[in-house]
Amino acid sequence: MSDIVSRRTMMKGAGATLGAAAFAHAMAPLTEWSKDLSVDEFLQKHYKELTRDELGRVLLHLKEETKRKYGRDVDIQALPPQEGVSFAYALNLSICIGCRKCAEACHQENNHDRRTGNSYIRVLEMQQGSLDLEHGNANYDHPVPAEGKYYLPVQCHQCDNAPCVKVCPVQATWKEQDGIVVVDYNWCIGCRYCEAACPYHARRFNWAKPEIPPEEINPDQGYLSNRIRPQGVVEKCTFCLHRTRAGRLPACLEACPTGARVFGNLLDPKSPIRWVLENKRVFVLKEELGTRPRFFYFFDK
Amino acid sequence: MAASRHLLDYPRFLGRLLWMSTDGSWRFYTWMTVLSAIALVGANAYAHQLAEGMALTGMSDHVSWGLYIANFTFGVGLAAGAVMMVIPAYLYHDHEMHDVTLIGELLAVAAIFVCLLFIVVDMGHPERAWHLMPGIGRFNWPISMLTWDVVVLNGYLLINLHICGYLIYMRFLGRKPRKQWYLPFVFLSIFWAISIHSVTAFLYSGLGGRPFWNSALLAPRFIASAFITGPAFVIVLLQVIRRFTGLPIGEGPLRTLMSVMRVTVLLNLFMLGSELFTAFYTGGTHATAVRYLFFGSHGHHALVPWIWTAVALNIASAVVVHLPATRRHVWLLNLACALAFAGVWIEKGMGLIIPGFVPSTLHELVEYVPTITEWKITAGIWAFGLMVLTVAVKVALPVLSGQIAASHAEHGQGPHGTEGPEAKQAA
Ligand code: SF4
Ligand code: SF4
Repeated sequence: MSDIVSRRTMMKGAGATLGAAAFAHAMAPLTEWSKDLSVDEFLQKHYKELTRDELGRVLLHLKEETKRKYGRDVDIQALPPQEGVSFAYALNLSICIGCRKCAEACHQENNHDRRTGNSYIRVLEMQQGSLDLEHGNANYDHPVPAEGKYYLPVQCHQCDNAPCVKVCPVQATWKEQDGIVVVDYNWCIGCRYCEAACPYHARRFNWAKPEIPPEEINPDQGYLSNRIRPQGVVEKCTFCLHRTRAGRLPACLEACPTGARVFGNLLDPKSPIRWVLENKRVFVLKEELGTRPRFFYFFDK
Repeated sequence: MAASRHLLDYPRFLGRLLWMSTDGSWRFYTWMTVLSAIALVGANAYAHQLAEGMALTGMSDHVSWGLYIANFTFGVGLAAGAVMMVIPAYLYHDHEMHDVTLIGELLAVAAIFVCLLFIVVDMGHPERAWHLMPGIGRFNWPISMLTWDVVVLNGYLLINLHICGYLIYMRFLGRKPRKQWYLPFVFLSIFWAISIHSVTAFLYSGLGGRPFWNSALLAPRFIASAFITGPAFVIVLLQVIRRFTGLPIGEGPLRTLMSVMRVTVLLNLFMLGSELFTAFYTGGTHATAVRYLFFGSHGHHALVPWIWTAVALNIASAVVVHLPATRRHVWLLNLACALAFAGVWIEKGMGLIIPGFVPSTLHELVEYVPTITEWKITAGIWAFGLMVLTVAVKVALPVLSGQIAASHAEHGQGPHGTEGPEAKQAA
């Protein structure tokens, strides 16, 4: 009896050792993954809970990391929203020609992954006389503007009642004072629930580590906007808040050759965006969903 | 016995059970080795996915959830359905069922483990899971449905662990379980079972931008299909247990579970029909996803073979389970169970999650096909779940049947029982 028991125990020991070895072997690729993990980053608090000092250290760390991983010196800031500013965007569908210069500018400004050619903006080629998205096409490949078509660029609408913010289980995404919906890339757990919830296809996930040649990196970066995102988190358009919070215009607006884009502070009565809202007939996409976008569309007549 | 003694004895008891679970016949070792091998393949694929990114999956920004969340959804149904034997047992005082409710609860525990693993492998940053912990993270409760899901799933796990643990431990000590220590939890687990699957349905049906999911019928449909898969799995499991442990499991429970399935397979088909009616009779953009799912759209039909297979399996199971011969031939019953299980797996998986994303919110048709990595990880998780279930059932049964008890040990030494020869055979 005791012979059997000890033999059995021995077998179990051998089995356990073998199992452990096999498991270690199976998990070996993890060494690659853990290299990118730092204890500081792991324990980092939510953006809103960071003190000035802590935020300073985080920004410094991020700059060093960009240098190490991408070989480029960059400046990463965390500009706060300005008092008395509430941003909104409007787009004139009568003069948009669907050239996608905005999408291209977004791609460069926001340090998007070069391999996938990502951009926060999608331009839909729509059938004249219909607002039905089902008759739109985002993958057109011919000279523009085409006969019988008009063009509908879509990006994050910075919804005031944002489904993406509602669903995020860890509050990694929220609405800032100036109306911009942001993501803390160091807090997002990558569940992509927000991506499922957004009715405007405005969110992107980093399915792999973004690839950008050092000379193409835009060094003017923001913690909550265009710094190079880590693998495995969600990102989105922020109306270029690293620019707009410093009094500049979004990159997509500057790139638009027809002047179809209007941006500004809703609380400033003299701003062009106020003029558009007061003098044009504007509408929003999917109004029936109650998302209350601050991205408006209008036609000249 | 002082309550404080249990604090020491209970962990020892669990440890002993675990040790015991590694004893077994060659069949058991083969089975566990095969499962470990599959689980290891999954673990390896997962390690690659973590290191190289989720680009290794077939998902995209258009279809942001795929096979993992599909299996998660199905797993929740299985967990919820598993306790459905509790209803006949306790609400309708079907005494024969009492003996097997525990099996259902153990299945629920294993299924919840599976669900939690599917969530973990779907996360871009699993090491940040602590952000989800109330108190130290930022738990977006009660606004986010996902936080509700975390609460109900973990709660369900705890409830079932408590019931199983308590009943087995008491049997082990040779004492009569005290009703107030488990009965309230049993009833709670019934309500809780409904809640886990409803909350999981709300996860999807609460999204206004996804018309395919945005239906009030989603939660009831989930519950109906849960009451198919749970009983179907348990029917087969009971026979396996009967065969390999010689535990006397009567025909009664099988018959009751079959009656449950007879109703739920029809209910499920009926609700599917209702949804199809609304979609196709009304038409319009709301029907695009359904059209894509069943007939394909603009030259894309990745899901068409899946959904028709699911419908065929569901109808076939409904027919077989209603055949008079099925009452006499258990193999027919098993066939019905297998058909129903596979049918619901597709319907609640690929047939529910993916069409929510195709066409996308801007009406782009981007299709999704799972990659090898996803299949490996999925198989690995299910294999792990089966290992958990095997071990749980294997240690629970000898205790329940009285083959192992604390009284075998020297008095006052606590539960150091040596197993009887019968237990070895049973294993
Ligand atoms: S458009 Fe989408 S991502 Fe942007 S705020 Fe609205 S729901 Fe969120
Ligand atoms: S992917 Fe990130 S931002 Fe989106 S819901 Fe999940 S944790 Fe929140």
